[in-house]
This record gives sequence, C-alpha cells and structure tokens, in this order.
Amino acid sequence: MHKKSFTIALAGNPNSGKTTIFNNITGTRQKVGNWPGVTVEKKEGAVSKYGYDLKIIDLPGTYSLTPFSIEEIVARNFVLDESPDVVIDIIDSSNLERSLYLATQLRELDCKVLFALNMADVADSRGIKIDADKMSELLDVPVVFTIGNKNKGIDSLLKTAINLAESESKISQKRKVKYSKDIEGSISKLQSFIEERLEQNFPYNIRWTAIKLLENDEIVRERIRQKTGNISQEIFQEVETHRKRLLDRFDDDPEIVMTDERYGFIAGIIKEVLTTSIKQRIDTSRNVDFVLTNRFVGFPIFILFIWIMFQTTFAVGSYPMEWLGNGVNWLSAILETSLPDSLFKDLLLNGIIAGVGSVIIFLPNILILFFFIAIFEDTGYMSRAAFLMDKIMHLIGLHGKSFIPMLMGFGCSVPAIMATRTLESNKDRILTILITPFMSCSAKLPIYILLAGTFFSAKAGTVIFLIYIFGIILSIITGRLFRSTLFKGADAPFVMELPPYRVPMIKSLIIHMWDRSKMFLKKMGGIILVGSVIVWMLTAFPRNINYSMDYNEEINKINASFTEKQKKAAITKLKLAEKAEKAEKSFMGRIGKTIAPVFAPIGIDWRGSVALLTGFVAKEIVVSTFGILYATEETNEPDALKNALLSSEMTSLSALSLMVFVLLYLPCVATIATIRRETGSLKWTLFSIVYSTSLAWAAAFCIYQGGKILGLT
Amino acid sequence: MLLSELKEGQTGIIVRVGGNGALRRRVLEMGLTKGSEIYVEKYAPLKDPLELIIKGYHISLRVEEAANITVDKL
Ligand SMILES: Nc1nc2c(ncn2[C@@H]2O[C@H](COP(=O)(O)OP(=O)(O)OP(=O)(O)O)[C@@H](O)[C@H]2O)c(=O)[nH]1
Ligand SMILES: [Mg+2]
Repeated sequence: MHKKSFTIALAGNPNSGKTTIFNNITGTRQKVGNWPGVTVEKKEGAVSKYGYDLKIIDLPGTYSLTPFSIEEIVARNFVLDESPDVVIDIIDSSNLERSLYLATQLRELDCKVLFALNMADVADSRGIKIDADKMSELLDVPVVFTIGNKNKGIDSLLKTAINLAESESKISQKRKVKYSKDIEGSISKLQSFIEERLEQNFPYNIRWTAIKLLENDEIVRERIRQKTGNISQEIFQEVETHRKRLLDRFDDDPEIVMTDERYGFIAGIIKEVLTTSIKQRIDTSRNVDFVLTNRFVGFPIFILFIWIMFQTTFAVGSYPMEWLGNGVNWLSAILETSLPDSLFKDLLLNGIIAGVGSVIIFLPNILILFFFIAIFEDTGYMSRAAFLMDKIMHLIGLHGKSFIPMLMGFGCSVPAIMATRTLESNKDRILTILITPFMSCSAKLPIYILLAGTFFSAKAGTVIFLIYIFGIILSIITGRLFRSTLFKGADAPFVMELPPYRVPMIKSLIIHMWDRSKMFLKKMGGIILVGSVIVWMLTAFPRNINYSMDYNEEINKINASFTEKQKKAAITKLKLAEKAEKAEKSFMGRIGKTIAPVFAPIGIDWRGSVALLTGFVAKEIVVSTFGILYATEETNEPDALKNALLSSEMTSLSALSLMVFVLLYLPCVATIATIRRETGSLKWTLFSIVYSTSLAWAAAFCIYQGGKILGLT
Repeated sequence: MLLSELKEGQTGIIVRVGGNGALRRRVLEMGLTKGSEIYVEKYAPLKDPLELIIKGYHISLRVEEAANITVDKL
C-alpha cells in the first residue's frame, strides 16, 4: 500500500523555535541561534512517522503576513502559494500577545492551522499560565504545548498535525477576527463584488483577499492583476472607494485601523486564556543585560569579548596545532623512509602532505573561532552587539543589523552574506554584502598564522589582530564612501527584537563544532586535495629541464676537493640552487614569472604570486601552495616551512604586504557565487571583485613602498 | 509627549504612532498599538538606540523613530 503523504510547514515569529522543532522532527541539524533572523531560506526535510510520509518545511520567521524583508517574503509566499496541508504556527508562549498577531492572520487564510505553544518552560518560569483548551475553543484551532530544546511535546504535535490534515472539516469562518462594523461592511461588500466577477478556482480565500486589498497590500494586488487581467481595474476602483470611505470615517489608513483592531481582538483572547502570577521574580536576563549594555562598561566588555575570542584562537589554538604538526611530520618521516623513490612518492610527500598537511594543522584555531561565534549567537549577545553598534554603524551610513553579518564574516563569508537577508533596505543589503568580505574569514587565518608566526614571531598575535582591525577600518571607510556616492538615500529604521539571554546548550555547541570539523575535513579531502595535486603537478613538470649548469657535475667536483665541513655547506647550497631553478622552470614557475610583474611593486615574488592566484579557489590553498613550492628534503622536520620561508627572499615587510593583500583581495569562488546569488546582479559581483582586488593592491603597495621609504625590512 | 522624551525607567501609554507608511505599519504590527503600555528599559551607551518593553518583550528603536510615537507619561 502506498503511504499517504502530507506537507507540513512550520511558520511563526522570528526566534520562536521553529528550527529547533524542525531539527527534532526531521533529525537534521539546521542552524539554530538565539536571535531573530537565523533562518533566511526555507529548508525541507522528510520523515516517515505513524504510517505517513511527512514533508516538513522550516520557514524563516515573520512578524506578520505583510512582509518587510526578503526572508519574510519567502515565508509568506510559501504559505500562500504552495498551500501546505497543515501550517504549524510555532508560538513563543512567553510572548503570547505579539505572537497571536501572526496567528490571527494565519487564521484568516484558508489553510489548516495548528498552534504549538513553544517555550512552555520559559512561560512557566515567568509565572505565565495559558489555558490551552480555552484558547483552542475560542480560536477554533488545535493547540499543543511544546518545549523545543528539550524535545517535549513534539510527538503529540505531529499526531495533532496529521489528524488535522486527515480531517475533512472545512475551516470554520466564525472564529476569525471580527473587525468593527464599518470595516466588516466594506469587507463583505468587497467580497461579494469580487466573487461576482471572478471565475472559478481563484486560489485565495476571498474574504482574506478583500481584507488584503483594503490594506493596500502590494503583493496581493499584483497577484490579482496577474490572475484576473482586465477585471482587476474594476476591482481596484471599488477598493479605492472603500478605502476612501474608511479613511474619512477613521481619519487614518485602513491598514492601521485594522492592525489596531486585530490587536484589540487579541487583547480579548489574552484576557480569557492568560493568567500571570504576580510573584516578582529576579529576571536574570535583564540583570545580565544591564551590565552588558551598560553606559560605561558596555563597550569595554564588548571589545574584551572580541579580544578574548582572537587571543584564545591564537594562544590556546597553538598547542593542538603543534601536536597536529608533529603528527604530520611523523607521517611524512615514515613515508620518506619506507617508500622507494618514485614520482608517486614525490606526489605523496611534496604534493599531498606538503599541501593538505600544511593547512590541516589549523583545524583547532578555526574551531575555536567558530566556537566563540556560536557562543555569541546562542546566548543572544548577537542582537546586543547590533544594539550597541547601531549608533556607530549609523554614523558610517550602515544599519545596526549589518553588524551581525559582519561579525559572522569572521567565521565564513558565505553564511554571513546570506544573513544580510534580514536587512529591510536593499541598499543596506548590497552595501553590507560588499563590505562583509573585508571581515577576515577563518580560511585566511592559516595564512596569517604562518606568515606572522614566521616573520614576527613574538609579536605575531598583535600583528594578526591589527590585520583584522585594518579590515574593519577599510570596511568602515568603504561603507562611508559608498553610502555617500552609490547608495544615497534615506536610512532604514532600526526595529529589532532583543531576545532574552539563554544558556547555550553544550550539546548543540558540540554538535556545531563537530559539523564544522566535518566541513573543514571535507574541504581538505576535496578542493584542497585536488588543488594541491594540481599545484604539485604544475611544479613537478616538465621533468626534463635545461639547467643552466650541471649540478651533479659540480657536486662531484666539490666532493673531490673540499674538506668535509666545507663540502656539506657547499653541497646544500648547490642543491638548493638546483631546486630553485627546477621550480622556476616548471610550469608553475612559468606562470608565476608571467604574473610576477604585477606583484613586484608590492614586494611579492613569483611564488607568492602563484599562491595568491590559487587562493581564488579557496583561501586555504595559499598555504598549501607555499607548502608545496617551499617543500624541501627536510619537510619532515618541525618548522620546515617556516625555515624555508625565512631563507627565501621574503622579508617581514613583504610578508606584511602579502597578508594585507590576502585580507582584501578577491573573495573565494564560493563567496563570489553567494554574492552573485544574493545581489542578483552580475554588475555588483564584478564590482565587488574589481573593487576588493584594486583596494588590496593599493593598500599593499602603500604598505610595501611606504615601509621601504621608512627603511623597514 | 514623545516616546523619545521619556527617561530610563519611565512608563507611557501610546497615544499615536506616526511616521511613514512601512515603518509605521511594522511598528504597529510588533504591538506598539494605541493604548498599550510601554516602558523605557534603557538607552544604549551612545544614547541611541533605546530599548523598550512592550507586551512583555524587549524591542529596540532609534531615538529618531521613537520621536514619531506620542505617549502619555504615567
Ligand atoms: N527555553 C527554551 N528555549 C528554546 C525552546 N525552543 C527553542 N529554544 C531556543 O530558542 C532559540 C531560537 O530557536 P530557533 O529554533 O533558532 O528559532 P527560529 O524560530 O528558527 O528562529 P529564526 O530562524 O530566527 O526565525 C534558540 O536559542 C533555542 O535554543 C524552548 O522550548 N524553550
Ligand atoms: Mg530558524
């Protein structure tokens, strides 16, 4: 027998726990965080339960069916256009009154709705009691209590949803919001006006359509225009007369009056179903917040948090990094002695291990960085960062909410750019997308650690911190500049909910780290591995090179003449020269030599040039390429790459120039694709590439040439 | 008086929400409706934005936006 299948959509206000419940039902691990706007696109999951195939859809949060930003449009369009069998409205019980606004709007639609009173634990601890039976009766919807993060009530929620989907019952009309007499009059007149003129199978509930038209909802008007063609003009005229009449009657726009009346209706329901015990409790979240956003210590604490994040990433991360480094060395030492010389051995040691091995050791640092970002996201501090920074961001022409993507950009630009969807103004969005890549992502971290560690040893931490600051400063300057040239215009409002602080769940943090590690290792086994092999091939071929002198002959000569001690030094020197010539004459060397003139003014030699070129694929490959290009016989010694870099022509100044270039230059392929998708414009994508790369070159040029004039090396 | 004129720790009753179309709508939909009680929790360290408590939850608005809202001080 074929199983029945249903589509169940999870809708609700932002941060009400939709994704938490989605993950519980489907067993997936979509991203959860304690701030509004974590989920920005709809996610699907499938599960077979109680003899049904269920398709579950997690939607972005929305405060109403009148969307404001693009992620809200996604949610609304799904509910309207895909007509899911059941919509579960996930309600934050500790925030019932506001949540019921969307709930009543959903009730106005012709879809089967079910309420999940989530965060029942929070409501309980605040002394809020909700009479679910009463509510169910008053609004004529099934109501189920759930606690998302403890996986409580989820089974009964699913069973109720299936029952509802199975039930034949037509959704009753009488329990919907009743507006005041004048408005109801207009609604019913408009409703019959539309009904008379419409053909069959108009997809939306007519009463709802009439309400939306009275509210002057652009999207519904557009739909009507598409669906009805000529008749739409007639309908719109009728709408206009009604709107005029109501405007005269109430002395305010109908949509405002109707919003008021919906809240009036909700107030009535609240009175019947909600009781709060007067008992005064200590609100820990509020007290914590009074400290964290305090006038005097708010900013110092914020800076301290960021400082701790980076300091821990470098300082604590350096220990496991060393262990991993030793592991890699140990492995290559074993392979070195146990394998016979061959091209394959060369590939394995000087290609794969030199390439992948030199990056993989940075896993701990990257994990620590992500751990901190996850803490910011899960505790609720992220919204506070936006709250603290809004004034500053506003001064530079950006929006406080832009700060959230920027902070996430320290982890990875791809989710950060997607997070800009919560910004209401398109200008703010594109501007934020353009500057987010300057927030140095975790993939660039290995490059800094390698170069700063090599050339600035004791001051490495400070240098890296300054590089990050430099990125932030340039993003601010860019923001200011573009805002007053390319993106002139009014500022978007800053209306943002501040969720209560929550203790992050250790389990979810660990899962988050685990998933991050898997992603990183996958990247190592995939794109970095392939990239390393290609870089190695380009370096190892062609095999027969016309050397400028016969090195073997020279070595033999030395063997014959010098004393033991001199001999060794001279031979090492010759061998290095041979290797250098070989690399220069390889394909890689030829490519490098071709592009080197571009990089010469910023102090980067051909090796650096090709490394930067490969970084286009993924930033980690820059380190892999260095690993391969500087691979020596002594690869398995600790700090081999460091020593090789130190004995190369690179100086501290050119290393600094290189780091600044890496900080700013063109984003990796994945980021570019994301920019393309999110801006929806090839023009902005190209602009971003050209702008960032020219800025990188100019900044590196200033640093290198300026440094040379100042006599630094 | 205006909401932006309330000090930290003061409560007001909303009389009217002004401002331009979309913002006004959104602010209303988030529950800042006529007759609701609104409490000024705090101002951000740089005096802007401010944090408010309405219908039991916390929301932040810029001072300039709060100046569109008329309240009666309690
Ligand atoms: N105390 C408590 N916390 C919960 C409950 N359900 C979810 N949370 C927490 O609430 C926060 C928000 O959860 P999400 O699942 O990300 O919320 P969402 O509705 O998907 O949010 P958006 O995607 O931003 O719209 C997280 O910190 C969860 O751990 C619950 O029942 N009780
Ligand atoms: Mg979500």
